[in-house]
Amino acid sequence: MSNPEAIHEAPLAPQGAGGAPGPADPPRVERVDYTIIRRKAPWPWVLAAAVTAVAIAFLYGLATNPALNWGVTGEFLFSPPVMSGLWVTIQLSILSMLLGVIIGLIIALWRMSTNRVLQTIATVYITVFRSVPVLVQLLIWGNIGLIIRNVTLGIPFTDIAFFSIPTNQIVAPFTAAVLGLALAESAYIAEIIRGGIISVPTGQIEAASALGMTRARTTRRIVLPQALRVIIPPLGNQFVTLIKATSLVSVIAGGDLLTQVINISATSYRVIEMLAVAVFWYLILVSAASIGQYFLERRLGRGVKR
Amino acid sequence: MSVYTAPIATADPQVPVVEAVGVHKRYGHNDVLRDVDLIVERGEVVCLIGPSGSGKTTLLRTLNHLETIEGGIIRINGRLIGYRQERDRLYELSQREVCRRRERIGMVFQHFNLFPHMTALENIIEGPVGVRRTPRRKAVERAHQLLARVGLADKAEAYPAQLSGGQQQRVAIARALAMEPELMLFDEPTSALDPELVGEVLAVMRDLADSGMTMVVVTHEMGFAQQVADRVVFMSDGTIVETGPPSQIIGNPIHQRTREFIQAVL
Repeated sequence: MSNPEAIHEAPLAPQGAGGAPGPADPPRVERVDYTIIRRKAPWPWVLAAAVTAVAIAFLYGLATNPALNWGVTGEFLFSPPVMSGLWVTIQLSILSMLLGVIIGLIIALWRMSTNRVLQTIATVYITVFRSVPVLVQLLIWGNIGLIIRNVTLGIPFTDIAFFSIPTNQIVAPFTAAVLGLALAESAYIAEIIRGGIISVPTGQIEAASALGMTRARTTRRIVLPQALRVIIPPLGNQFVTLIKATSLVSVIAGGDLLTQVINISATSYRVIEMLAVAVFWYLILVSAASIGQYFLERRLGRGVKR
Repeated sequence: MSVYTAPIATADPQVPVVEAVGVHKRYGHNDVLRDVDLIVERGEVVCLIGPSGSGKTTLLRTLNHLETIEGGIIRINGRLIGYRQERDRLYELSQREVCRRRERIGMVFQHFNLFPHMTALENIIEGPVGVRRTPRRKAVERAHQLLARVGLADKAEAYPAQLSGGQQQRVAIARALAMEPELMLFDEPTSALDPELVGEVLAVMRDLADSGMTMVVVTHEMGFAQQVADRVVFMSDGTIVETGPPSQIIGNPIHQRTREFIQAVL
């Protein structure tokens, strides 16, 4: 390396004066192959060992605790009352989610409508149902029969009634639970959907308009499919939250997983063991939902370069 | 016979395709269009040029009612766009009727605005099948013809993200043509393209002009305007300063303002 400047000179001035290298000459740079040593996180094995030790100690403590009887957990894991509670929880989650998405979509579209009345209704709706805690809502719906004795279809302010049913007959705990959960859910979902719709560039709507598409068709064919990609991840989150929120239903004897588990523990006095049954099933439900979300997102990713 | 051939039979050849008179557009206190008149005859290619903010894109967008106007009237093929006239009053049309009147006006955007969740083919048949109620089989057949015509016969199943800018813009042109427009509006169709892709889009547009399509083109491509336009309109500050054949506007402008602009861009 007698001439370090050759590195710079070679490509720039190949035909320079006085003995500089010609265009055909390779640059006169010595080549050395160095071995690159990557930096590693410090002491990975030590950390892993420490964490494993703590975890084993914790599990060992649980397993050998004389106050806990794990046989009870195993015994009730697949027992009929737990299974029926699990089934109610699944039904509650799916029904409330479906209803929540339908209402949420309507509210989101109203919120973004050019019609001031619809806008106002949507804004008030979202404010109210986001402000009232789900637990309070469930209690209200569970006790609605106290203030409205009969559900009547007729002409308001007259005595004409087509039919009338006692409220308690149709708003059973299950219905009350679905109503409470779905309405609370729909307010959040409306905002998630609105966020998704806003994320679609206006150029898309203009292009659809220029093709002569009506606003309804544009929403259905162009805006929503694109908004869905943005909507699905938070919606999945919302569903997971909802699955867990169904446990609140136990306050109105909703018959869900937690209601059943608490009922059993009330007679067997095996509280932690029975709660472990609930924990097991909630883990399974939420994991299943997460897997579903993964496949849904993958399908919606069509046409998008990653 | 070209697949572009516009359905001319429906319209009276004597009536200009675009008839904009005294168009006024305001954003708040800002007048973006002041008393603009623009007539485009059937088969004519008009290029709108001018500095940014001169109102040329806004004028183009008023022609298919993407922008509403505060004054003046716009007729496309002799029919008011966006309004219905009864004696001395203009009644705003329902959005369904606005859509119907837009059907025969194709528009090509600066940023293509292809639907990213649909393939090239699906983009093209969306209008005919969804709006025009063309049988799907027929729409697909025609979409393939149009794709071949813009040189993308093998890209029918490609999603927009898999296409280059120039290819996307050509699909966008095919999409507009699928509605069998009587008028094509181009809003700076090559401004968002890499320089080496501009030519392929301009070639398709030139081909379209040769087939007799009526076109209004907002552009910065002086070469294209010079070779293809029947008439060039120079706009500045929301008004039309000068209008004439390209040889005059680009070659030998009369107005000082036009001369300055042409000198700056050439």
